[in-house]
Amino acid sequence: MTTPLLDHAVRMHGLQKSFGAVRVLHGVDLTVERGQAAFIIGPSGSGKSTLLRCVNSLESYDGGELWVDGYLVGAERRGDRWIEASATLTASRRARIGMVFQRFNLFPNMTALENVTAGLRMVLKQESKQAFERGRELLARVGLANRADSYPSQLSGGQQQRVAIARAIAANPSIVLFDEPTSALDPELVGEVLAVMRDLARDGMTMLIVTHEISFAEEVGDVVHFIDGGKVAESGSPSAVIRHSNNPRTAEFLARIRKPG
Amino acid sequence: MTTTTDIESSRTTGPGPRIHRRPGARIFSTAVAVLAIAVVLGIAGIVVGSGTIHWEIIAQYFFAPVMLNGVATTLMLTVVSLAASAVLGTLLAAMRISGNPVLRTIASAYIWFFRGTPLLVQIVFWFNLGLFLPRLDIAGFTISTNSLITPTTAALLGLFLNVSAFMCEVIRGGLLAVDTGQTEAALSIGMTPRRALLRIVLPQAIRVILPAAGNLAIDLLKATSLVYVIGTKEILGTVQGIAAQNFYVIEMLIVASLWYLVLVSVASLGQSWLEARLARGIGAAQPPAARPNL
Repeated sequence: MTTPLLDHAVRMHGLQKSFGAVRVLHGVDLTVERGQAAFIIGPSGSGKSTLLRCVNSLESYDGGELWVDGYLVGAERRGDRWIEASATLTASRRARIGMVFQRFNLFPNMTALENVTAGLRMVLKQESKQAFERGRELLARVGLANRADSYPSQLSGGQQQRVAIARAIAANPSIVLFDEPTSALDPELVGEVLAVMRDLARDGMTMLIVTHEISFAEEVGDVVHFIDGGKVAESGSPSAVIRHSNNPRTAEFLARIRKPG
Repeated sequence: MTTTTDIESSRTTGPGPRIHRRPGARIFSTAVAVLAIAVVLGIAGIVVGSGTIHWEIIAQYFFAPVMLNGVATTLMLTVVSLAASAVLGTLLAAMRISGNPVLRTIASAYIWFFRGTPLLVQIVFWFNLGLFLPRLDIAGFTISTNSLITPTTAALLGLFLNVSAFMCEVIRGGLLAVDTGQTEAALSIGMTPRRALLRIVLPQAIRVILPAAGNLAIDLLKATSLVYVIGTKEILGTVQGIAAQNFYVIEMLIVASLWYLVLVSVASLGQSWLEARLARGIGAAQPPAARPNL
């Protein structure tokens, strides 16, 4: 049914998406290699969040191909027809894809440890003891070993986002998606979240990150994709895209983001 | 001249002067309290001191077997129609939030009708169902409607269909109160939509649903008194029956009121206990609002 394309973490080809009459993605081609920290930057409304959400099927797409870790995502082949993937298939694909949200989206009725291990316990059906052991390791990794029994409401925004990152990597995903992970944080809390992401990148985690933190992208990124008008306008190394771009749209966007207002 | 004094006094060093309360305020609030007590005692005196209320009649009937039967009927009507409305209300709520426009419209029309007409009218309607629908054909069996519609079944039908409409809105409100981010987070860790609803959204929705459902239950408990008009022997129906024979109308109404107060108080205590249990570990804090894009 599915042909593995094992050499790429993510491979999309001609991805199209409309909301009603508004076309958001105009045939996006994008590849993420294993172990890459890939950044997506671009103006508001350029379709970068939609693109990211397509990767784990939080948005459906209307046309094109999308492969994650060698598996078709969001669609199934039936004979020579492509149809939307079933809910069960989509869920099993998502279990291998981590996601970190702008607004953290921790489960408020669960402790930090229960949040981190929710997928292990409720989806992968691991024993609680084993899951909690792994959960404590993960919390230690994001520097929150001592907050295991805290509820989200008792944590700062930065701490909540670090718990959310631990939850996203709990099931050893093949890739972690970050949807503007620091945009909802007070400025003084951004650093601790970026530090955790920097460590993940150093450990070789495959990451696809939508962000406005341009200097972070420059520092940590292996590759930067500039999205404009629902298309990849430019891709390349951080220095090529951010420092030495020949694309006037990229230059204009970067000038605006550096001098707000 | 006063301004000069103000400026001078503000120049003094050391701790500032102590500010005392204005003297008149406390005397005034004491006077109001005394007056309020006098009014309450005066009214109580009129009621109790009139000498026409036979307290021994109230004591005699409060625990009478016929009265306890009425209390049991009230409780049965409340519990059964509440349980049934939880089922129909959930179904209606699911229809209202479904993507199917036909189901959505049917559920909305149901709610529009049952919330828009008085409960008393609905109860009397069900009791008189036999007038326009003399026979019911169910799976090949023909049953006379009048043998099916007794004062009890008509009361149950009227209460349950009505309260279902309100229950639907309570459940729907609870589900909508849970941020869509919760569903997305649940999906992102690999849950199917059904499991995300049952394991993540519903437990959070319950905290919103239960207090509102508790109010609904207490309203329903009191609304059961309406069914006395079709001859159901619940609390009000029972005391009306007794009063018709012994003419102690006020005394019997006091018996009924005391029973309702007892039942409602017990239900309120249960509701507070449930709410306290559900609130464990959860603060009201929310993540800060998203910063607008740069």
